[in-house]
Amino acid sequence: MVEAIVFYTLAVLILGLGVAVITTPKTVHSVVFLVLNFLCVAVLYIVLRAEFLAVIQVLVYAGGIVVLYLFVVMLVNLKQAPEAHEDPRRLARLGLVLSGAVLLELAGIVVYSFGRVTPASAPAAPGPLTGMGNTEELGWLLYTDYLIPFEVASVLLLVAMVGAIVLARRQS
Amino acid sequence: MEITPAHYTVLSAALFSIGVIGVLVRRNVIIIFMAIELMLNAVNINLVAHARYLENLAGQVFVVFVIAVAAAEAAVGLGILLAFFRNKETVNIDEMNIMRW
Repeated sequence: MVEAIVFYTLAVLILGLGVAVITTPKTVHSVVFLVLNFLCVAVLYIVLRAEFLAVIQVLVYAGGIVVLYLFVVMLVNLKQAPEAHEDPRRLARLGLVLSGAVLLELAGIVVYSFGRVTPASAPAAPGPLTGMGNTEELGWLLYTDYLIPFEVASVLLLVAMVGAIVLARRQS
Repeated sequence: MEITPAHYTVLSAALFSIGVIGVLVRRNVIIIFMAIELMLNAVNINLVAHARYLENLAGQVFVVFVIAVAAAEAAVGLGILLAFFRNKETVNIDEMNIMRW
């Protein structure tokens, strides 16, 4: 019962803030709604027993990525809103139809798979993962089974960092 | 009232569709980037929920990778946006057609 109340509250908040992100005319307001959306998702992660991911969500998304967005919004100082000089709803109908099709497709998948995803009935055989916290288990998995993807991800981040600096540097 | 994985999947699908609407309807590139972040978050919710209900942590590992890729995407995308803005003084996606043939 408590889980249901928490879930529905968070779901309404997440969806409402998501709609606010894409409908607000001012870009700065969009960024603020995006932070709140990320924080609600972090709370949802805690409900789902993914405490480490909740912390990462707050640190990386709400703390890092959103600050990046805010900096860009401040650097890109527009005299007029980009959608002010034309009909902003020109493609709205087509966009709504296409995204409605995506929603229908996803709903079809949900209906099709309803009840087929059953929780694991018995706990997995006691392995090296039992009796650890979420962070410890995740770290164990990252440094054993997923070591190579983990290293590739770190190289990707390095490339992205260098690329972003090269792109944003002012050519003299 | 029990919350099943289907509930989380529906929430995830709805949030993903909101992101799709944002990408298709808005003309401001910064807001389109934010809509992409919304879609990535929808995928993450799905992965975490199923990791919980299938009692398999692999989903959470993938969320870590998705977050890493999202950070990389945001950094490079906003870098491109800044470089573009210096040249054309706009963030309207309709005017970003210099590479269109």
